[in-house]
Amino acid sequence: MTSPLEQKKIRITGPSVVTANRTWDGAVVYRTAKRGWSTELADSAVVSTSDDARALLAEATADDVGAVGPYIAPVELKDGGKVKPGNLREHIRAKGVTIDLQVPA
Amino acid sequence: MYAYDELDRTLINERVSEFRDQVKRRLSGELTEDEFKILRLQNGVYLQLHAYMFRVAIPYGTLSSKQLRRLAHVARRYDRGYGHFTTRQNIQFNWIKLAELPDALADLAEVGIHAMQTSGNNMRNVTSDQWAGVAPGEIEDPRIWSELIRQHTTLHPEFSFLPRKFKIAITAAEHDRAAIKIHDIGLRLHKNADGETGFEVLVGGGLGRTPFIAKTIKPFVPGRDILSYIEAILRVYNQYGRRDNIYKARIKILVHELGIEKFAKEVEEEWKAMGDVGLTLDHTAIEEVRSRFSYPAYEKLPHMPDELKQAAHDKLFERWRKNSVSAHKVQGYSIVTLSLKPVGGPPGDATAEQMDAVADLADKYSFGEIRVGHEQNLALPHVAKRDLAQLFKALDRLGLATPNVNLVTDIIACPGLDYCSLANARSIPIAQELTRRFANHDTADLIGRLHINISGCINACGHHHVGHIGILGVEKNGEEFYQITIGGRADENAQMGTLIGPAVPYAEVADVIEDIVEAYLALRDRPEELFVDTVKRLGVEPFRERVYATR
Ligand code: HEM
Ligand code: SF4
Repeated sequence: MTSPLEQKKIRITGPSVVTANRTWDGAVVYRTAKRGWSTELADSAVVSTSDDARALLAEATADDVGAVGPYIAPVELKDGGKVKPGNLREHIRAKGVTIDLQVPA
Repeated sequence: MYAYDELDRTLINERVSEFRDQVKRRLSGELTEDEFKILRLQNGVYLQLHAYMFRVAIPYGTLSSKQLRRLAHVARRYDRGYGHFTTRQNIQFNWIKLAELPDALADLAEVGIHAMQTSGNNMRNVTSDQWAGVAPGEIEDPRIWSELIRQHTTLHPEFSFLPRKFKIAITAAEHDRAAIKIHDIGLRLHKNADGETGFEVLVGGGLGRTPFIAKTIKPFVPGRDILSYIEAILRVYNQYGRRDNIYKARIKILVHELGIEKFAKEVEEEWKAMGDVGLTLDHTAIEEVRSRFSYPAYEKLPHMPDELKQAAHDKLFERWRKNSVSAHKVQGYSIVTLSLKPVGGPPGDATAEQMDAVADLADKYSFGEIRVGHEQNLALPHVAKRDLAQLFKALDRLGLATPNVNLVTDIIACPGLDYCSLANARSIPIAQELTRRFANHDTADLIGRLHINISGCINACGHHHVGHIGILGVEKNGEEFYQITIGGRADENAQMGTLIGPAVPYAEVADVIEDIVEAYLALRDRPEELFVDTVKRLGVEPFRERVYATR
């Protein structure tokens, strides 16, 4: 996955959110419609046009104290409006590593 | 062990309070991320996918039991109970909170551990042979020289703001365990015809997008002149860096563009023109550093103690001993490698409990000393042979006696897409699957020495170019794919592997590796012919045929 950190021109092709890492602890957070951050993808503001995406990103970027490195990430909208990560990278950010962390003793 | 002096301790403590202040200002909004980024990188703090990552230096791979316990403490208190040993004699913590980082740094500073020179465009930690000071046949302890270079370059303004990061590795043994040919500067300690100690100097190695094997620019530089010679190299590098942006890259690019002869000539001229810049190391300076390294008071022990003869009847012990125990320069002692590559486990990870237990074992059996190698394993450097059987039992209980050192399951892997924001694809689950495929240690023994290296992107943190089998994560239409190379090696005969064909999807990687290994078993002309040697003899074609005939 081309690193989204290198997003140049903003052009989205499907439902998207703005995500970043919370400044004090690095946790994955999503920009909410209430101009805050949430660790729950379900709380995120979902945009579907490039203009809205740009606006959301600009607004989120202004909050440099709250979170670091905001960027636009794809999501999938499931039946009933449930928001799911749009690719493997975002899946890992939302759900955690795909490996069994317990070093077998 | 190495004893830091007052100056170092003061420096480390100053850095902690400085960083504490910077973090405070960042969290209050006084510093923006743009302003803060360079400061955090100077203290080993990266931002990964789901957290900050904290990289701590283990200079020349030497740790005391006290230091290892403190790393365990950091893992437990500030992180999720484990740490990841890297290919550059560092340990990384994956889930550290920025707000708690100053405390973690302060706890580490108490035992002389820091995170300087682990990131950023500076002179990185000088790495060395993890068997330094104990390897048989070593010219002398390369850490003395690593330390002299470290002292000279730490925070030296000229080395703190280089065009790019800069890495030096030193070896003093016949067999290169420090991978000096893939470093910006590689130094091989040896003696000239007059019995004088000095260095063969290699320049311009490195992996990443444009991989190069370092080449020799001077076969012998006397030890006392090594700082001034490095200075001359850096000056030539910096000159070009300033003159023309295209060279504002790694030294390997510059060496490639200029050609090794011209580069060597420029360094030589610069070195001569520099004259005496006060960098000549006199005997006292060298001895002063030498005296800071202490060696255990070894006992006079028999070469083959009764305990060892008896233990040899235990098949499991014998297999482990043959695999993980190596000759020591002192009779009656051994170097013991602790595999951090359990079947199914993430390569290089150790839990806080394991770290504490290893520290205890080091106290009991290895004069309180532990080593960290670039293969992401640990070692106990001074184990009396009579204690080997006892040590084996203890390690086995901890899951640290997997008899797979240098075998197919001793995989080097970068964090990949599970942690790293730059990744194309995952590395660790591929490694885990491969260790399950080759879980039978008899099969692994039969296959023999075979290094698999995995990187999740072209930055090559997993050294895939120089793996006997290299696996590189790439992206194709949003899916994880992997390019596979064979025939690379990282030792004194370092070379890049050759691509065997089109990239394969995630689900097929382990099958392909199995095919390659089966092809090798069928093709090798005798059991002693190593995988890399078969590839060298036959080229990649027979392997390619085997892998792609049915795909
Ligand atoms: C998420 C954490 C990491 C990030 C963001 C990262 C990033 C990078 C980047 C960007 C480079 C290439 C720089 C250049 O060519 O100048 C690099 C090189 C390297 N990294 Fe990492 N890395 C990470 C973790 C690791 C780990 C865990 C290891 C060890 C297992 C490692 C070992 C190396 C090595 C040895 C190189 C040098 C390869 C060469 O010779 O070019 N890195 N890293
Ligand atoms: S090789 Fe790429 S994916 Fe792996 S740790 Fe380095 S930067 Fe990340």
